[in-house]
Amino acid sequence: MRLKPPSLSEIGDKVRETEVWKSIFRPGSIFRKGYKDTSRDRALATMNNVLYHLHPVKVKRHGLKLTYTFCLGGLSFFLFILLTVTGIFLMFFYRQSAALGSSQAYSDMQNIRTTVFFGDLVRNLHRWGAHLMVLSVTLHMARVFYTGAYKPPREFNWVVGVILLFLTLGLSFTGYLLPWDQLAIWAVTVGTSLAGYSPFIAKQANFLLLGGAVVGPETLLRWYVLHVLFLPFILVIFLAVHFWRIRKDGGVSGPL
Amino acid sequence: MARDDTPLDQETFDRTLEAELAKGTDRRVAEGRARSAAVRAYRVAHPEEGHAAPGAAAPAAAMVSSVAPAAAAPAAAPAAAMASSVAPAAVAAAAPLAAIATAPVREAPAPTGNVPEAKKGAPEKHRLLALVPPEGIQRVEREQGDRVNVWPHLLLEEFIAMFIVLVGLVIFSAFINAPLRELANPNLTPNPSKAPWYFLGLQELLRYFHPMIAGITIPTFILVGLAAVPYVDRNPSVRPGDRKIAITLFTILFMFGATLTIAGSFFRGPGYNWVWPWAQGVFFEL
Repeated sequence: MRLKPPSLSEIGDKVRETEVWKSIFRPGSIFRKGYKDTSRDRALATMNNVLYHLHPVKVKRHGLKLTYTFCLGGLSFFLFILLTVTGIFLMFFYRQSAALGSSQAYSDMQNIRTTVFFGDLVRNLHRWGAHLMVLSVTLHMARVFYTGAYKPPREFNWVVGVILLFLTLGLSFTGYLLPWDQLAIWAVTVGTSLAGYSPFIAKQANFLLLGGAVVGPETLLRWYVLHVLFLPFILVIFLAVHFWRIRKDGGVSGPL
Repeated sequence: MARDDTPLDQETFDRTLEAELAKGTDRRVAEGRARSAAVRAYRVAHPEEGHAAPGAAAPAAAMVSSVAPAAAAPAAAPAAAMASSVAPAAVAAAAPLAAIATAPVREAPAPTGNVPEAKKGAPEKHRLLALVPPEGIQRVEREQGDRVNVWPHLLLEEFIAMFIVLVGLVIFSAFINAPLRELANPNLTPNPSKAPWYFLGLQELLRYFHPMIAGITIPTFILVGLAAVPYVDRNPSVRPGDRKIAITLFTILFMFGATLTIAGSFFRGPGYNWVWPWAQGVFFEL
């Protein structure tokens, strides 16, 4: 007697019946019972997906219009994800130590550019992506202003957005120092010199920012920790509030 | 009788639909509103079929039947058309009131005192079934707008936007290297020394104002001012035509910032002096 090998769809059915598969995908998930292009399955596809954190089942039709949102908020978030992924990659090859005349940080940068597989490309992505994110967050703010999307009930979410813009600038600026080249330390020297003019707390503010009187190895360590842990952590918390409030306040604003 | 099989008052339907479409309402929404108006009109005209709202008690239905014919029957044709548009509103307002005023007060049965015994060996657990007063429930009234499914419409759009940006960025990064100058040297100041581009607007301001103004006061003012925007601008309209002042002010400030940033980026050279980029070159690095 010859045994017929099971067909691909039979294997698929068997796999879908296993407890492990069922434990991964919720009842109603399209990965459990298949997908037919009906309005019910379209709703279930969103509802039984982790993206349900971000998106409701339905949105206002005018929100799809590219000229309303220009996708700027979503793209800012995407750039944040891209910067996190490329940033983690770079962390494997970078040590934030510097001394006068020689520097581990700088030689690691050269290493990333020359010997690390795809190192140069990933670093370029990280740097250009960071500039693009500052731009997209700023433009997102302008879009929200021009569509009046900060009006009640969305006032507080606009404030959260301003904080996110500030954090984005902070992340970009702290990252600027890390290559530890001439461009980095002098841009940071110029940028932070203004803190020395704050009223009453000039010296303290300067010391808090630089970990010393001038930009030095302590500044590098301080800004590294700010860049890879502290600021992303704060940013993610505010992002969570921002996204939650978008849905609580009724989704995309408008129409005009 | 379910709402779907209530016959429609065709005249009301057509009139409401036309009015809604004239207002610029989306067709699907307009049809819904027209249908509900037509159903209400039909029920008013045919009270004997027992279409009164389920919650309304008999007196409310009686009231409806006394109001509507009184208005409609003796009047001539134009008045009748008007009455049928007025009547549903009147009914809608009157019915709940009548229901509250005349619904028989139903008292809860007195407690029997028979507290059920727990099963033997059952764990010590308490369950509370609470009575929730109507005002304790948050009522969310979803406006019936024109909505589309996130999957596939919004998600596909987002994937495409993401993909375009990713591909563009990868191509750009493959061909254009991020700068890496020589090792940091605190004793050698490059000329010019510039901040990152997003701070060059502020650095430009430093040329015109005391550092305390340009570096502390103005940035603080911008940040606090931005955060305060929704609390200062109390104009509820989002139509550009109603927001001329807000839009003009924001555009001027935004352009002002952009101009300063561009000036600081491309029109400043050695010694942070003014240069023309087409003559002396660009002193700008990202």
